[in-house]
Amino acid sequence: MLSLKEKDRPIIRKLLAAGCCARCVLRFCCMGTSSSYKQSYEDIQKELLEFIGEENSQQSHDASGHTEDPPNKRIKMEDAISTDDSVASEEPKTDLDICPVCLGVLQDFCNQTFVKQVSDAVKKEQYVLESLVLTVSLPAQLSVREQSCWLHVKQEVRDKSMCLGKDDVIQVKDAFKWAIQGKIGQELGAAVLASSPFEVGVGFAHPQTEEDCHFLATTCPDCFKPTKNKASIFTRMAVVKALEKISDENFKRRYPCPPKKPSSKCTALDTTCLHTSVFTAGRYNKYSRELPQTPWVIDGERRMDGSVEELIAAPLLSSFRADGFNFSSSGREDVDVRTLGTGRPFAVELLNPHRVKFNKTEIKKLQETINQSSDKIRVRDLQIVTREATSRMKEGEEEKTKSYSALIWTEKAVSNTDLEFLENMKNLKIAQKTPLRVLHRRPLAVRQRVIHSISTTYLDTHHFTLKLCTQAGTYIKEFVHGDFGRTKPNLCDLMKTDADILELDVESVDIDWPPAIPD
Amino acid sequence: MEDRKTPSVIDRYFTRWYRTDLKGKAREDHCILQHSNRICVITLAESHPILQNGRKIKNINYQISDGCSRLKNKVSGKSKRGGQFLTEFAPLCRITCTDEKEYTIFSCIRGRLLEVNEAILDRPELLLEKPSTEGYIAVILPKFEESKSITEGLLTREQYEEVHSKRTNQQEPSLVQLAL
Ligand SMILES: [Zn+2]
Repeated sequence: MLSLKEKDRPIIRKLLAAGCCARCVLRFCCMGTSSSYKQSYEDIQKELLEFIGEENSQQSHDASGHTEDPPNKRIKMEDAISTDDSVASEEPKTDLDICPVCLGVLQDFCNQTFVKQVSDAVKKEQYVLESLVLTVSLPAQLSVREQSCWLHVKQEVRDKSMCLGKDDVIQVKDAFKWAIQGKIGQELGAAVLASSPFEVGVGFAHPQTEEDCHFLATTCPDCFKPTKNKASIFTRMAVVKALEKISDENFKRRYPCPPKKPSSKCTALDTTCLHTSVFTAGRYNKYSRELPQTPWVIDGERRMDGSVEELIAAPLLSSFRADGFNFSSSGREDVDVRTLGTGRPFAVELLNPHRVKFNKTEIKKLQETINQSSDKIRVRDLQIVTREATSRMKEGEEEKTKSYSALIWTEKAVSNTDLEFLENMKNLKIAQKTPLRVLHRRPLAVRQRVIHSISTTYLDTHHFTLKLCTQAGTYIKEFVHGDFGRTKPNLCDLMKTDADILELDVESVDIDWPPAIPD
Repeated sequence: MEDRKTPSVIDRYFTRWYRTDLKGKAREDHCILQHSNRICVITLAESHPILQNGRKIKNINYQISDGCSRLKNKVSGKSKRGGQFLTEFAPLCRITCTDEKEYTIFSCIRGRLLEVNEAILDRPELLLEKPSTEGYIAVILPKFEESKSITEGLLTREQYEEVHSKRTNQQEPSLVQLAL
């Protein structure tokens, strides 16, 4: 039952006479009960007419001589027809009877047929769903028509209650959602939740009335500046902004009130589905000196096969059935550097995943799949995390320590005792100019870094292993060869010989995230 | 394990380019080390007169005119805003030797000046002892779209060595001058 008030009568009468659909009538009566919009179109219409009819019969008894037109003959005829068979046709309108305010959105797209059409489109994508939220995109000109209709009944709506204004009119968007989203949820077996991570998007277009907006370009040229990415300057946002600026009188002069009836209804755009990203995290080892962390492309050409991120992401993409991914990690290593020890923390954002729930065993199995796919990398501690948690990976990156092991060549022959002084160096402060090898993409600066401790293993007269524990962000290769003297002091300075780094391994990245997962 | 190390840092990441007899001055050869990321390091070529006959350096001056000092060069941000833009024959510095001979070192390529080597001001011996590494003169970033074309007029290592070996068969230019 619709809870219509006495003061709704003039509004209803005026709107029906203007050809408005039943749900738009409810909207302008500021009917805030969502269940009202769920009723079949026919039932709402019937109730409205009965409500008006009551008044009419009252009026006919009334001898006051009130001579307003009865609410138009066509409606009466329809009423007569529809009462005959309410089951056969849920939407008993011809194409000539399109609502001039919602352009049919609340008439022809709130029925079971459309629910089925949207649900089938979602089902085709094979999401594993628990809940959903509906988003609606409407043609921009609906705002113009809404304004026109508002001006048409403004006085009557204000008479209903002192405090009602345009904002109290229920928006087409909300009415549409109230009417249909519960049914879509039912059809898909998913709860409807405003906070759902899964969005079903429906949209409508009505090319025939696009010109409705054009007069606004002359009243508010500032609102319609051409932008690069938009096909039309008449975006919904711009139209709404222009409508806020135009005076009622000016609007009425330039646009008919109530709006003119269209000869066709809106067309529904393709249903879109989008699940918010899911984040996974873990730690990886890299055992190859010929594997970049991310695809290595120079001048549009790929330089090396494979990459850490692709090896990790491929099994994730297929299990989560995601459309794409973003890989991030706590620092990165060069192509020729291995990452050993407990590995480097990483996170993978999975875009539009079609499946998001995995239990611990399934995640464990997924980790095994990654590890079996290649012997160049190994992943541990794989887990699903929140978006917020991934920021802990980057937090305090600078303060953390990293341990390295490097194979060093010296020009001068050295003995075991020549290396001893290095072991005694604690918290050695060095100044590094941005290395030449990254200077093309990073600002030029001098950064102070600390090498907390050094240890060595003598190999032969020209080679030894150098182990360093450093502040994160220290460039190790440059500390060894000096980078044209741009890192000071460097190993060449300390040892008073030319020296070079032949191999480098990351031994540990001391960040306690993500948490370890016991086997 | 082998005693001699395989490719040096320069061999691994840089390509050596040369410009000989700069501004028509005999043997004033420059070397341009171009990194694979397009950054260029300007150094003296080993055949440059400053590095011959045990010459010593008296003074290095980055003030190339009254209004322009390369020491005042400042770049900011990833895009290196504010760096002096250099053309091929822009002077980088003037080096005076103890024999009062003065030499001008040139940019050799078009690009934005990122830095000059201030360490050689305090320790000019770096320039003599390690001319191709710690004794570098300047770092220049060519425009992205010019990173290929800037080396077009330069000599490769082989071409440079060819020029160099032809010269050793000739007399020192100063002797030629004396004979005239
Ligand atoms: Zn409507």
